[in-house]
Amino acid sequence: MGIDLSQFHETFLEESFEGLDVMESSLLNLDAGDSDSETVNTIFRSAHSIKGGSATFGFDNVATFTHVLETLLDEVRSGDRDVTQGIVNALLESVDCVRSMLEAQRDSGDYDEAQVKSVQNRLEAILGNAESNNEVTEAVVVVEEKNSSNGWLIDFKPHLNMIQTGNDPVRIIRELESLGVIGVKANLEKLPDLDVMNAEDCYLSWEIELYSDVGESAIREIFEWVEDECDLVIKPLQTEVATGEEKPVDTPAVKIEIKPEVDVLNKTDEPVANKATPTRTKATGEGGSIRVGIDKVDELINLVGELVITQSMLGEMGQNFEPSNIEKMMDGLSQLERHTRELQESVMRIRMLPISFAFNRFPRLVHDLSSKLGKKIELKLSGESTELDKTVMEKIGDPLVHLVRNSLDHGLETPDIRKAAGKPETGVLHLNAYHKGGNIIIEITDDGAGLDKEKIRAKAISNGLISESEVLTDEKIYDLIFQPGFSTAEAVSDLSGRGVGMDVVRRNIRELGGAVDIVSAEGKGSTITIRLPLTLAIMDGQLVRVGKETYIIPIVSIIESLQAKKENINKIIDHAEVYKLRDEYINIVRLYETFDLVPDSTSVNNGLLVMVEGEGSKIGLFVDELLGQQQVVIKSLETNYRRIEGVSGATILGDGTVAMILDVPGLVVISRAKTNVNEDKVA
Amino acid sequence: MTTTAQSVDVQANYSENTDLENQYLTFILSNEEYGVDILRVQEIRGWESVTTVPNAPDYIKGVINIRGTIVPIVDLRMRFGMEQLEYGPITVVIVLKVIGENRERVMGIVVDTVSDTYDVPEDSIKPAPDFGEKIEVNFVKGLATINEKMLILLDIDQLLNSGELNILD
Repeated sequence: MGIDLSQFHETFLEESFEGLDVMESSLLNLDAGDSDSETVNTIFRSAHSIKGGSATFGFDNVATFTHVLETLLDEVRSGDRDVTQGIVNALLESVDCVRSMLEAQRDSGDYDEAQVKSVQNRLEAILGNAESNNEVTEAVVVVEEKNSSNGWLIDFKPHLNMIQTGNDPVRIIRELESLGVIGVKANLEKLPDLDVMNAEDCYLSWEIELYSDVGESAIREIFEWVEDECDLVIKPLQTEVATGEEKPVDTPAVKIEIKPEVDVLNKTDEPVANKATPTRTKATGEGGSIRVGIDKVDELINLVGELVITQSMLGEMGQNFEPSNIEKMMDGLSQLERHTRELQESVMRIRMLPISFAFNRFPRLVHDLSSKLGKKIELKLSGESTELDKTVMEKIGDPLVHLVRNSLDHGLETPDIRKAAGKPETGVLHLNAYHKGGNIIIEITDDGAGLDKEKIRAKAISNGLISESEVLTDEKIYDLIFQPGFSTAEAVSDLSGRGVGMDVVRRNIRELGGAVDIVSAEGKGSTITIRLPLTLAIMDGQLVRVGKETYIIPIVSIIESLQAKKENINKIIDHAEVYKLRDEYINIVRLYETFDLVPDSTSVNNGLLVMVEGEGSKIGLFVDELLGQQQVVIKSLETNYRRIEGVSGATILGDGTVAMILDVPGLVVISRAKTNVNEDKVA
Repeated sequence: MTTTAQSVDVQANYSENTDLENQYLTFILSNEEYGVDILRVQEIRGWESVTTVPNAPDYIKGVINIRGTIVPIVDLRMRFGMEQLEYGPITVVIVLKVIGENRERVMGIVVDTVSDTYDVPEDSIKPAPDFGEKIEVNFVKGLATINEKMLILLDIDQLLNSGELNILD
């Protein structure tokens, strides 16, 4: 009896993608030089599950590929092989390959077979067990035709006093790494016993295999400063292999062992940059499923249990109703209300995921981009466990990537510029997330160059966004970079600088009901702050009445509500009214005017003002009456109608009527625009 | 309640009648009989008070809640620039499915009263003459004569995607 395995495909793919993410982040940890066995084990386990699963489900291409991957990992795990940068890079690329193959499986699309083949060859070459199939033989032929560029074997024996002269062998090896893939063997022979060891002496020597087609002079250049402090022998790799081997030189086996590797290594250098793009653009299915912690499910079950109990209690009371029971009934009803609310909160929590889901892609992105841009960047993540609604998370991913890329590309400087500016060579990019009120705040901080106010101003003038005479506050200047078609990057790179971006970022964030601000200090760096609502579906609202209409103000944006005192109301010139609240002057917005309604009273004196905050400033909304507070389910007006200025959505009240939810940031913008018009009139 | 019953009848007929495309629901507006494609009619309901929409043109009366969706209501008399009529017990709202450039919307139109349903053969529909400024010719699919009565057949997609209702605005 056959079982239809295809029903498990989705689960398998989902788990595999998770496994790949784990592999990727663990590999990046290895990258940092921390090759503890637990990390390697984690990587191995993920690869192993993917291999097993794909073989079961008949994804042979994935299984064959991961088999090679697993073999290599197994050698690393058992300690037969040291982790080198070359291996880590090859493994990272294999992760990409497996991902693209699985994505192709999911979307029934294609993947770049040549790419996969080349990475697989490379893995096999590293393993040194290349099977003599056609592709490999071809590779050999290619190498022989080229007849050069194999790589170099560098025998690097520092003198004892090298470290004392201020030279760091590690730095040199790192620099070599920038030329190509390297394999480093340390020679510990001369290492004395601990009690006679001088910490300032260098006892180690290294044998470095560099796979790159650079000339000898390029390598010599790296050793330029230490030439007199070490014995250096640089030999082409091929001769070393040929003479070093006991077997006859021309045996194909020997050739295959080394040459394809070299070839593949060289070849992969340029595709690496372009490769990521085609695979990444594949649409990720937004439907999907959520993994929910068992504790959350248990909590739900408990709540449902309580709800059932309360319900049966109330039911019984309803059947044998006596007026004397009314108090008990009220108690029951309030219990019901509490349970419903708790249940609702738990259900919403199911949709909440830690923001690490969005942050996890950044270590890899920063790793890839920093080497591409020639910058040294340290990525710091904090607050990864902050929870956020799944829908919001999916929609914030791309804007975040854009902002991070922007910081890497424009914000952080290259090491030499940083050095000249007296900053540490390594720039720091910090991603932070935390809750504040009903919002989640995501901060992207870099210690780079900061925004160049003059450049932004000049650019805005040349783009016709502002006039030459306009005097702008810092915030307004920073705000300009969010305008459509604005970019100050001198050179357009494929990373950013096309000027389509920041405006899209802001639009996306606004669509989610959030806001984005930027604060910058020239030469010191900038911080981009994104504020997002925790969830899109439900919020706490304050009901207010203006004339005959009921409006809802999101409670998170309310600072306070107060009865206006006549002496605190000031009129500036003709129209703009401000209210003096403690030491602040706050613009008054008469809602009935904005929405063209007939109010109870048009006099603000002794009227009710609801002070709200949005877009970084406060306004006072003049309303007729404060009604109750309640949780409202947000409904879109745009489904059947269109966006309305000053309104972010609608909801259905207990009596079935519709009420509009006020868009506080939108109202702030309207009020600003109005004040500006008045200012213009005066001028 | 009779109106709802009527809409149910219409639904029931769907499966049997093969000439659905030519069925029209007609309603009265200022003594004239107008028709809309019956397949677009979702339901017919009595007039109930609406929530006004800020800064909307006056022919958009507001929005109502139909089983959890927010549906805008358009007063057809006002849309056509006719004189207003006090809403009474027979004032009805016809809820229609409107197909726009890339999406479907649900909207209600306020009419004086619902009249009847007719089979209108495709070939008996005549092109409409120019009505002047008030009613754009675009909104009218054509004119037809049934039982000596003239029907004005409306193109609701044109009508309810025009002006302020346009999605592109």
